[in-house]
Amino acid sequence: MSAETEPSVTVTDVELDAELTSTGLVASADEAEYALRIGDDSLILAQQLGWWISRAPELEEDLALGNIALDLLGHARNLLHFAGTALGKTEDELAYFRDEHEFRSAWLFEQPNGDFGHTIARGLLTSAFQFELYTQLAESSSPGLAGIAAKSVKEVAYHRDHAVQWTLRLAGGTDESRSRIERALINTWPYLDELFRDDELHERFDAAPRPSALREPVMNVLRQVLAEAELDEPKTSESSGDGRHGHHSTYLGPILAEMQVLARRHPDASW
Amino acid sequence: MSTTVTSPDDELQADFDALIEAEQRIEPRDWMPEAYRKTLIRQISQHAHSEIIGMQPEANWITRAPSLKRKAILMAKVQDEAGHGLYLYSAAQTLGIARDTMTEQLIEGRARYSSIFNYPTPTWADMGAIGWLVDGAAICNQVPLCRASYGPYGRAMVRICKEESFHQRQGFEILLELANGTPEQKQMAQDAVNRWYWPSLQMFGPPDDESPNSAQSMAWKIKRFSNDELRQRFVGMLVPQFEALGLECPDKDLRWNEETEQWDMGEIDWDEFFDVLKGHGHCNAQRLQHRRQAHEDGAWVREAAAEYARKQSAQLKAVA
Repeated sequence: MSAETEPSVTVTDVELDAELTSTGLVASADEAEYALRIGDDSLILAQQLGWWISRAPELEEDLALGNIALDLLGHARNLLHFAGTALGKTEDELAYFRDEHEFRSAWLFEQPNGDFGHTIARGLLTSAFQFELYTQLAESSSPGLAGIAAKSVKEVAYHRDHAVQWTLRLAGGTDESRSRIERALINTWPYLDELFRDDELHERFDAAPRPSALREPVMNVLRQVLAEAELDEPKTSESSGDGRHGHHSTYLGPILAEMQVLARRHPDASW
Repeated sequence: MSTTVTSPDDELQADFDALIEAEQRIEPRDWMPEAYRKTLIRQISQHAHSEIIGMQPEANWITRAPSLKRKAILMAKVQDEAGHGLYLYSAAQTLGIARDTMTEQLIEGRARYSSIFNYPTPTWADMGAIGWLVDGAAICNQVPLCRASYGPYGRAMVRICKEESFHQRQGFEILLELANGTPEQKQMAQDAVNRWYWPSLQMFGPPDDESPNSAQSMAWKIKRFSNDELRQRFVGMLVPQFEALGLECPDKDLRWNEETEQWDMGEIDWDEFFDVLKGHGHCNAQRLQHRRQAHEDGAWVREAAAEYARKQSAQLKAVA
């Protein structure tokens, strides 16, 4: 081939391997159990938010929701990778080859996208929770968890801001948007309580904040947002859903079926 | 007043021609012939629509991507496409058309977008083939557009081309992994390449002797190379990459011609191209319906945002 016919456009060498927070640290069994809980939260939420890309109310929101999904997926990968160091599994083995009852996500993260109002209401609650969680976890005596939390909290601050701004807009927009965000908050609120329940893990593992210690700061933030939006705090009963012990909402099964289908069809393949 | 017979329009036209001749950029506030403006609006908005419709075939696999790394890369890529659509709509807006108007033209089926996106993506390997072939063809088309005479378009293209290069790379990497994987994976890769190869060659447009708008666009230095030149360049780029992948090129008649020092290609099925263009592709209806649905489902959200902004600014005025 002569020089003239050489293509002037070539594939540039871009490093595609998004670097995981590989600290070389090996997690203890308790650290792994904890990392799976909060890692699964983010993985399931990222999986659901990914659906919005190409379907959002405006292009700017395709970008914003896509960004949030990508951030959450990054957090999940770091946490699953860390958990995997204790379990002898890779992030993909954990994401694609665990069954429903082996997942540790809380019900709130499994709730469906619904309309944009439901996605925002869910995002408000999850981001308020994750922000307080990561803020405290960044001070953890576990260097593995603290490192991941310190990185993640900066991004979660943006997710929270996104959800707060939209909550205000929807509440203060039209009659329709106000009633939609009200309904979405009512439907989502019952799943908050699960996030604040201590269990046996927290009795023996003090490197993570106790869920019960997050209740007050999270609720304070949410009440401030509701007050600014002139919305009432939903008076709903708490769901007794218990995802942390593998008892999930009926939504998780189909979410996993879709996420895992291709990887499971080719169990020996690499991608 | 001058006594020459030159009309003001002739002078403006002469200034415009001189700028084009001198390889200078035309900027939004410069005078430009109406036909130049119209051509650009058509081309840039079509390009923007293509980015937006082009999100769909790949978004189809975000939830099923077979590894978390691939899921992250694919999400980032589809998100980039939304970003490209935004820059391009902004570039078109500088020519005096509103984004709402362009959106309406798209969802009402009055605007064109690249026909390639009317093909379906039945397997994961399509993510590889789209990145490698479709984004590869797009890069060949778009790199010369970085020098397009209209400033905002050229500058948008510089940014877009940088990201497209990453897109092509990730597509190639997906196929490389499949081609070196299990027999089923390799077959999946070959099938996808078989399906996307010819449509990607059609992306450069009809042969030069059947491309009515090309000559004027080249004279205006919007377009720098002819359809056939770009297609030739693209095929030249693919040949060694097929070898690296260990996949077969679907064009069995492809031969290096020592005399012309070019690749002689097999016959492209232009009937298929025009058929898809006319709306008879696999997914024309689905693509438009998906976009229309997203737009309609989001109407209440956009109305709420507009109403909220109106109330906020009224409040500010009341305070001031």
